Amino acid sequence: MGTYDFLRHFADSWGLLAMFVFFSAAVIWALLPGSRTGQSDAANIPFRHDDRPAAEDGADRPAAADPSDT
Amino acid sequence: MQNYLKLIVLGVIAIFAAVAANFAQDVAYLVNALTVMLAAAIAFVIILRNTDEPVKPVDQTQYMDGVIRFGVVATALWGVVGFLAGTFIATQLAFPVLNFDWAEGYMNFGRLRPLHTSAVIFAFGGNALIATSFYVVQRTSAARLWGGNLAWFVFWGYQLVIVLAATGYILGATHGKEYAEPEWYVDWLLTIVWVAYFLVFVGTIVKRKEPHIYVANWFYLSFIITVAMLHIFNNLAIPVSIWGSKSVQVFSGVQDAMVQWWYGHNAVGFFLTAGFLGMMYYFIPKQAERPVFSYKLSIIHFWALIFLYIWAGPHHLHYTALPDWAATLGMVFSIVLWMPSWGGMINGLMTLSGAWDKLRTDPVIRMMVISVGFYGMSTFEGPMMSIRAVNSLSHYTDWTIGHVHSGALGWNGMITFGALYYLVPKLWNRERLYSLSLVSWHFWLATIGIVFYAAAMWVTGIMEGLMWREVDANGFLVNSFADTVSAKLPMYIVRAVGGLLYVSGALIMCYNLYMTARRSPAVEASTAAAHAATPAE
Repeated sequence: MGTYDFLRHFADSWGLLAMFVFFSAAVIWALLPGSRTGQSDAANIPFRHDDRPAAEDGADRPAAADPSDT
Repeated sequence: MQNYLKLIVLGVIAIFAAVAANFAQDVAYLVNALTVMLAAAIAFVIILRNTDEPVKPVDQTQYMDGVIRFGVVATALWGVVGFLAGTFIATQLAFPVLNFDWAEGYMNFGRLRPLHTSAVIFAFGGNALIATSFYVVQRTSAARLWGGNLAWFVFWGYQLVIVLAATGYILGATHGKEYAEPEWYVDWLLTIVWVAYFLVFVGTIVKRKEPHIYVANWFYLSFIITVAMLHIFNNLAIPVSIWGSKSVQVFSGVQDAMVQWWYGHNAVGFFLTAGFLGMMYYFIPKQAERPVFSYKLSIIHFWALIFLYIWAGPHHLHYTALPDWAATLGMVFSIVLWMPSWGGMINGLMTLSGAWDKLRTDPVIRMMVISVGFYGMSTFEGPMMSIRAVNSLSHYTDWTIGHVHSGALGWNGMITFGALYYLVPKLWNRERLYSLSLVSWHFWLATIGIVFYAAAMWVTGIMEGLMWREVDANGFLVNSFADTVSAKLPMYIVRAVGGLLYVSGALIMCYNLYMTARRSPAVEASTAAAHAATPAE
């Protein structure tokens, strides 16, 4: 039962705290005033590339794209 | 070179399946082994015919839509199969004579019921999720699907899982775990397919050309990851023999029950909710032609939903051997879950703000809106039913079945129909749907069908719950079980009629989509070129 007790106590102490902090941080990050421009940009993603992928330059490169070209 | 490797693997699988069929200890295993053998042989021949042929270069400036077209067709067809099976077993409940003597042990309610649930959830819903996620992740990442033909493996592998599971159910191979009935070898196959699905999806996100990962992809990704985790843990089982379908669960007793409902409720939460919310966050903005109401809310919606849903499972085990604290935990999280659910509903509905007139003119958006309405309704009903006191009335009654179907038919079904109506003209390059009035017919048949279904199940469920607990002045139970069964007959007939309406709507949809692909005017080349010329940001 040692494992059970350990996990049980971890779950309602540090585990709970870690998840709550992560969740709070995600919510605060979403609500920060500075994130507005990024969010409105993201909200319009579905209206940009309906028919074909973006940019010929490296569109076929499987490597991660440089995301800073907005 | 790669093809030689594939040929070797497929050849080994085909031969092994033939050996397995020879040694098979039960009929289900025999039929499944022969099916695998056949599938491997067909794949072998197809790859063989393409080996050492000149390779056609893949046009990386195009989206990979072929596999999505197949997915759309599979979604519509499996949908009809699943709805027909559901309507038939509903009729069997009303008229037990339909459990034919000559088909006893194969087509009675007990065998067909998992066939129905798996067909609608995994065949219809799963294909809808795979097809739409491939569509959405490409458009919102502005990148072609990663992994080339791996997407085709995902599609065909998933169909094979469905066929193996379905034939297995009919012939009696089952884990006996709700929504996780497929036996051990099907579980292994699904795990492989799912890893491939994960790789294709994440690979596409990694090579995206947009700086942000659009919120729909967050929901799809959480669905893919969580379903993998749930599937593996709930299906931990040791086969009795490698030549037989029977396996034994690793967990037992209340642990097994808890793992099962941790799985079962998160199948609802991540398969039928998170994945379909991904659809909502893409197709409603597209159909309404305006961005989502609040992107902030969508982020909070996402994190709140996934942090809460995973805990809600124990509410399926009130008044069982499960410790009270665990059941209470599940109940509390279920009630808290109401908030993110309604946050998401509001976000979906308010996306239409300023465009409400579209409800009058566009039956497709009407379909999407009513689906979000049903989402809101069933995510209110669910938390309410998870409360221990309410559950003591509702559990084991038809109320639960009514609740599930208002969610499944209303939310999952309608949003999928909406997505299919959006996708078919796009994927087959048509200007518009074949007929909007047929969409209206589908809308009303489906809506009235759901109302019949849900209302009948509310009445019969609450009646049944009250009859079970009714005691006379001396404290004796008033009703026998058979009394409740006979009292339910009228509602069962109404339910079957509701199912019939729903399936006829789906048949009209299939006709409409077929005619759209065949007859509707193609998009003018000039407008297509104009769209294509849109430069990157």
